[in-house]
Amino acid sequence: MENLLEIKDLYVNYETDESVVHALNGFTLNVKKGETLGLVGETGAGKTTMCLSVLRLLPEGVSKVEGGSIQYDGKDVLSMNKSELRQMRGAQISMIFQDPMTSLNPVMRVGDQIKEVLSLHNPELSDKQKDERVDDILKLVGISPDRKDQFPHQFSGGMKQRVVIAMALVAEPQLLLADEPTTALDVTIQAQILALMKQLKEKFDSSMILITHDLGIVAEFCDSVAIVYAGEVIETGSIEQVFERTKNHPYTEGLFNCIPDLTSHAARLTPIPGYMADPTNLPTGCKFADRCGRCIDKCRQAAPEMVEVDPGHFVKCNQMEKGGSGL
Amino acid sequence: MDMKKEKTTSSPQKKKSQAQLILIRFTKNKLAVIGLIVLVALMLTSLTAPLWLDYSKVTHQSVRESFQTPNAEHWFGTDQFGRDLFARVIYGGRISLFAGLVTIGIAFLLGIILGGAAGFFGGAVDTVIMRFTDILMSVPGILLSISIVAALGQGLFKMLIALSVSLIPRQARTVRSAVITMRGQEFVEAARTYGCSNFGILFRYIIPNVLGPLIVGVMMGLGGVILQIASLGYLGIGIAPPTPEWGTIISENQANIMYHMYLGIIPGLFIMIAVLSLNFVGDGLRDALDPKMKN
Repeated sequence: MENLLEIKDLYVNYETDESVVHALNGFTLNVKKGETLGLVGETGAGKTTMCLSVLRLLPEGVSKVEGGSIQYDGKDVLSMNKSELRQMRGAQISMIFQDPMTSLNPVMRVGDQIKEVLSLHNPELSDKQKDERVDDILKLVGISPDRKDQFPHQFSGGMKQRVVIAMALVAEPQLLLADEPTTALDVTIQAQILALMKQLKEKFDSSMILITHDLGIVAEFCDSVAIVYAGEVIETGSIEQVFERTKNHPYTEGLFNCIPDLTSHAARLTPIPGYMADPTNLPTGCKFADRCGRCIDKCRQAAPEMVEVDPGHFVKCNQMEKGGSGL
Repeated sequence: MDMKKEKTTSSPQKKKSQAQLILIRFTKNKLAVIGLIVLVALMLTSLTAPLWLDYSKVTHQSVRESFQTPNAEHWFGTDQFGRDLFARVIYGGRISLFAGLVTIGIAFLLGIILGGAAGFFGGAVDTVIMRFTDILMSVPGILLSISIVAALGQGLFKMLIALSVSLIPRQARTVRSAVITMRGQEFVEAARTYGCSNFGILFRYIIPNVLGPLIVGVMMGLGGVILQIASLGYLGIGIAPPTPEWGTIISENQANIMYHMYLGIIPGLFIMIAVLSLNFVGDGLRDALDPKMKN
């Protein structure tokens, strides 16, 4: 299938007076048309930086793209000018934020906020057509159009996230970046929102990058998964390939070991020892070496290459062999 | 009763216009309503003054009638020249209130533009604008006004400029800090992700969210301006006599206040009532303009 988004070897730094934070270090990721990709990684791994890079919304002044490329639908995102970017944001790629409580404008009626997106991207529509579109999208996300004249504070958290999703989808974008869309919501609402997003994504035939800490959510809603560690993708493959747990990166294995399961009788879960590599002072070799139980001398000296262990299943580890089991 | 019932039970409410909602919230604050009524009454009486009060009374002098305490013919009494204090106070209100509104209006608009740009764009824009306001702020407001009047000369229009300039820095700073706190909010970031332009974000997302506190600032500021106009008048560099203005009236009668108290108390009372009403209205407006204060 064709790739909708191709991020190749992307390097992004945050430069402050005291230090340089290496947020993305050779980040490579492909998203196919119609695919839902789960992006998993711990706090500070660079997931949000990746989203902001794709939208070219990295904070000005402190952030710097050091190298690599981002291709969206064959177009080079990094060389787009301001008006091309504005046309892309919201209409082609839209983003759903973590906290619905703060991502809506408190002094604007929710209907008007959704309509604003249409006014920006579909100025050819008449006012009446826009109103109809707003009503339609509200119905789709399960909110009665009667409530479009209310303000965000009159909605509950789950309802607000539905409004945010409506805003993200109303211009029918090709790619949806969902940055932990359910973290701020309780578990039952989480399931509803995710099911809703999946259903709408299919209806509009768009792709989605779902950022989450929860491997369970990935298993349930995604087609493929990418594991991020210290600013690079260290494993990527289809859900089946990764969740089979036969050929995983040691970090991925560590993540799996942190999840309780119903069949084993472990008294304690096994955490991954240590902390993530300091992004201001990254090691030369494998960035996971210090925490890895299988670390060998080679890992300290040379950064590992991506190895295709199975067709479509890539692992970045020195001990993996092409097509073989490794380890 | 019906109103109350409807409010608590109907969740899919009928659409009330923004203006109606603001009016409903405003009327809940009794002090603000009283303030508004007083203010409107003051403005109407001075605005319509030419229709029912002959301007000649303001300047008509008659030594025989000097220092009359308030009576049926001269409601507020007369000053040392025998001029009718009532007429002077009413006509004086025209200048005090009008000049105050214009001044604060100019300062408010320029403050939003300068402060908004400084807070929103940051960097060099911020530095230039803020250093400019620093320079203005390093001179005490009243001294700045005096210097500007001294440079430009006396007159209503020049006084307006002088007062506006001395007000802009504070206004710009307030707007700037409010904009900076809003700029980092997630909904502003969200607006960028769906393609809103800088201009749109500043005027549709940030300014409306900081308008509440700004309005109060302006209302309180308007009170301050009326006091400043009065101070300039009192210092003798505001409006040139014999044109009356509340501060000027007090200043003219300064020497006689000891024995004829009403000459100071009455115009002073008008200044106080106007400023107090403005502060009440400002408070009411802040609450009314904030959609979150619904209940």
